[in-house]
Amino acid sequence: MDVFKNRRSILVTAIVIVFAVIAFRLFQVQIIDKEYRITAENNALKYETIYPARGRILDRYGEVLVDNKLTYDIMVTPFDVGPFDTLAFCRIFDLDTAFVHEKFREYRRYRSRIGFQSLVFRRQVNSEQYNMFIEQNYLFPGFSGVRRTSRSYPSMGGGNLFGYISEVDAAYLKDHPEYRSGDYVGKTGMEEAYEPLLRGEKGYNIFLRDARGRIKEHYLDGEYDKEAVAGTDVVTTIDGRLQAYGEQLMQNKVGSLVAIEPSTGEILTMVSSPGIDVNLLSDISKHYKEIVGDPYKPMFNRAVMSPQPPGSVFKLVNGLIGLQEGVLTPNTLYGCNRGYVVGNLRVGCHGHPSPINLYQSIMMSCNAYYCYVFRSILDNPKYGSVQEGFERWKEYTSSFGFGQKLNTDIPGEKAGTMPTVERYDRIHGKGRWKSLSIISLSIGQGEIGCTPLHLANLAATIANRGWFYTPHLQKDTPETPIDGRFKERHYTMVDTTHFEDIVKGMEMAINYTGGGATATIARIPGVIACGKTGTAQNPHGDDHSVFITFAPKDDPKIAVVAYVENGGFGATWAAPIASLLVEKYLNGEIAPERKALEQRVFDGNLLHKVKVRR
Amino acid sequence: MEEVNYRKIDWVILGIWLGLMLFGWMNIFSSSVSEDGFVFSLKEKYVMDLIWVFSSLVLGFLIIFVIPSRIYPSIAWPFYILMVVLLVAVAFVGVEVNGSKSWFAIGPFRLQPAEFSKIATALLLAQVMSRYGFRFSKLRDAAQVAMVLALPMLAILLEKETGSALVYLGYLLVCYREGMSGWILIVGLLAVVFFIVTLVFSPFVAILVLLAMTGIAGGFYGRRPMLGIGITTAVVTLLAFLPRLMRLESFSFLDRFSPEEWVALLSGTAAVVLAVIWGFRRRRLLRNLMLGFLLGLVMIFSVEFVFNHVLKDHQRARIEVLLGIKEDPMGVGYNVHQSLVAIGSGGLAGKGFMGGTQTRFNFVPEQSTDFIFCTIGEEWGLIGTLGVLIAYLVLILRLIASAEKQKDRFARIYGWCVASCILMHVVINICMTIGLMPVIGIPLPLLSYGGSSLWAFTILIFIYLRLDLDQWRYQ
Repeated sequence: MDVFKNRRSILVTAIVIVFAVIAFRLFQVQIIDKEYRITAENNALKYETIYPARGRILDRYGEVLVDNKLTYDIMVTPFDVGPFDTLAFCRIFDLDTAFVHEKFREYRRYRSRIGFQSLVFRRQVNSEQYNMFIEQNYLFPGFSGVRRTSRSYPSMGGGNLFGYISEVDAAYLKDHPEYRSGDYVGKTGMEEAYEPLLRGEKGYNIFLRDARGRIKEHYLDGEYDKEAVAGTDVVTTIDGRLQAYGEQLMQNKVGSLVAIEPSTGEILTMVSSPGIDVNLLSDISKHYKEIVGDPYKPMFNRAVMSPQPPGSVFKLVNGLIGLQEGVLTPNTLYGCNRGYVVGNLRVGCHGHPSPINLYQSIMMSCNAYYCYVFRSILDNPKYGSVQEGFERWKEYTSSFGFGQKLNTDIPGEKAGTMPTVERYDRIHGKGRWKSLSIISLSIGQGEIGCTPLHLANLAATIANRGWFYTPHLQKDTPETPIDGRFKERHYTMVDTTHFEDIVKGMEMAINYTGGGATATIARIPGVIACGKTGTAQNPHGDDHSVFITFAPKDDPKIAVVAYVENGGFGATWAAPIASLLVEKYLNGEIAPERKALEQRVFDGNLLHKVKVRR
Repeated sequence: MEEVNYRKIDWVILGIWLGLMLFGWMNIFSSSVSEDGFVFSLKEKYVMDLIWVFSSLVLGFLIIFVIPSRIYPSIAWPFYILMVVLLVAVAFVGVEVNGSKSWFAIGPFRLQPAEFSKIATALLLAQVMSRYGFRFSKLRDAAQVAMVLALPMLAILLEKETGSALVYLGYLLVCYREGMSGWILIVGLLAVVFFIVTLVFSPFVAILVLLAMTGIAGGFYGRRPMLGIGITTAVVTLLAFLPRLMRLESFSFLDRFSPEEWVALLSGTAAVVLAVIWGFRRRRLLRNLMLGFLLGLVMIFSVEFVFNHVLKDHQRARIEVLLGIKEDPMGVGYNVHQSLVAIGSGGLAGKGFMGGTQTRFNFVPEQSTDFIFCTIGEEWGLIGTLGVLIAYLVLILRLIASAEKQKDRFARIYGWCVASCILMHVVINICMTIGLMPVIGIPLPLLSYGGSSLWAFTILIFIYLRLDLDQWRYQ
């Protein structure tokens, strides 16, 4: 007994209906439909990609920093290639005939996979070769040229900042399916950061072929063709002329020079030295090995990627924290007899009058003074233990941005390092360390690393008397508005009123004429600048020369840090370099009495002092 | 001792099997041969395929003449367990081809256990459902069938071979034939329809369609069908204006929810209340209708989640192109577009053997495996495609007719399984190449290049042919 026997007819009916639908669709596709009838006349389609021009990169005044220049890729459609004059062809492109023969052997081997497709035969041919090729084009059936653009750098500088573009590789394609082989993509620097804007949109032409594969006309009168959309120009906050001047100042030195407009957080100049020669950038694939092999690592953007001890510059931060915590007033006096001595611990200092107040301590960069200040912050009875005091101190430094990424728009930005309670517990044993054990932090040495950008941001923060905008490279324009995070003011945990005392000390460091000021070399005629030197000890050789400055004092237009590796005292190299940059920006030219200083900086070569691994 | 009368073998099935296999080889030759003509080399697909064809003949011979038919019910369980173990194993130790790990590499040959597990599942289904006293109304029996189907499907999904897993749904047709409730098929179909309506139009439209369908169905159950239908039509028409109404200033108090959320909220609450009332009054059909309505609501609201979070990027893209939500002739739509151009360019009579330009120059990817139908369409035209289609239809209907004549339940159910398996492959594969379904990579039975697939279908069909011979044993 099979009660479900009738279900057979239901199923068979359903199956027949499905097959009927398929049959009808086949009839429609193969007989009725116009779109396929066109192709039914033995035609095939040829897709020709049109590459868009990449967006340009402009400086804050609209000067072009990164431009496009025309190059051509020579394409070949092996299917269409007949016998041709190989010698003439090789003469145009300066090729070896063996190379051409080898290529064609390959095409023959993969002919069924290639079919009608066009392949790149030779990349980035210059326009001279291309013109020669076009004149004799009829001699080489199956070859054609495609316009591509490559980068040119009219400003001749800023290699590190711009980054480079290169053809996508297999690994990149795997993660970014929206790209196709043959596309170019920004790999570092601004090219990477602004890839979505700069990229543009590819277009294509679709051509019909007849049965013998000859190209006839646009498919359906170009109805499905698509125009390429050029990439968007990106306006940077960089001042092109100032950038070039900064690079000139930093030549033959290792380090960074960063300038920020304090009122906006816009980066005016960012030099990482030694930089990449921009002439190599446009054709990076050819020079990649050379650049990577350079012992001075020109690809490395030190300004954001190289955390280093800040040295005495960090005293400003400790002074501000002391003022806010109430353990320090501008008139607090501490004595210093060539250093700070407790038991057998000694933090050395240079000879200067004693005792001194806060202003003098900044002006003369006294080490002992900040040992006292730092200890009074950490050992404040208000906090139960040194560890708690230290945590509080760390909160303050974080509010300045230290030890964390500032979240700029510069790829590869590093957070730097700030020590933690755990780290000291590991070194000294849990809870077994005192303020004296970590006293180097008072003068910006020890377990602390800041990128030059952190220090430039510190200069801008002090210039603003207590707040900063996140530094950034993209200029806010109506066409390309910047991210909201760059329009947010960040206040430090120190009240704005305390900054005026620090500023006064920094002003004296440059402009005090009564003797003892550390940075008089940075004095600029007609401008009241404020600054602080730093001399950072490090295990790699001579001290690093550090200087932060901003000017004018009362309406700061520019805040600068110069960090010169193994340059000795802050006043030796960093202070002249930073002050010259400020002078150039504010006055437009260097005063005659400072020309000799400028020449000394241009001529200075510190490369031999820097130890490199070869 | 049993005597098998070999002259009674089903010559129609045998003939179609051989014909399709040879026709497949011709097309593989045409789409993969280079200008040098026939070259005897194992690197050439047409040579490899020839090896598979000959070995299939041997396999068929062995199954008919050597292997006794009585072993099939007894090997069903061990064979099935072995296949499931292999399916799981291959997901971990297999070779990866085109993003799915479903192949064992044995020297130059590659075997795909997913192809063979179909046979094991068919045999076990026949074994389980032919048991004396088997009924779908018994929970234990139904659950056992569900398990038998679900295990290999899950294992195959583990290998990321979504297409092969779908084929197993074809066995639900066999279950239906053997007494499974037809509602399962209907609900499954409706789920697909609502999925498409929600994606192509909007969740709001899908809810209105659901509402209308429920109302009309409820109306027919009541004493005055026309009244129910009238009310439903009126309500749905009014509701259709809700989104526009809500845009008016004076209705801004409704802004808390979107239109579809309002309709779902109100009708959902009503459905819950009615389901409870009818539940107490023992009006089962009406109660089930309400529960079905609620289930539909849940489904419509989960479509977006499933579409955006469960499906993978490429699957989503394929569905978008198929439904016309996005046009992308250079990207995901490329395969289907080229496939359609190839088939469409064949016209009525085609371009002749080896005359196809589209398929011979690799415009269509995978044109000797999953897209072999394109080569047929281009070179043999509508005559070729309809010919193949009819051959498959005859094969399937012949299998069903023959299965229905079996006195032995095992043979009948197995015959149905073979028919459904071929049906699913044919429908999914052809619909994919002509743009009626999203791109799902499964082979066309006996035609596509691929040893595992060819062997599997040969074994599948020949076991049935052998079982079929048993009914003539004593005559």
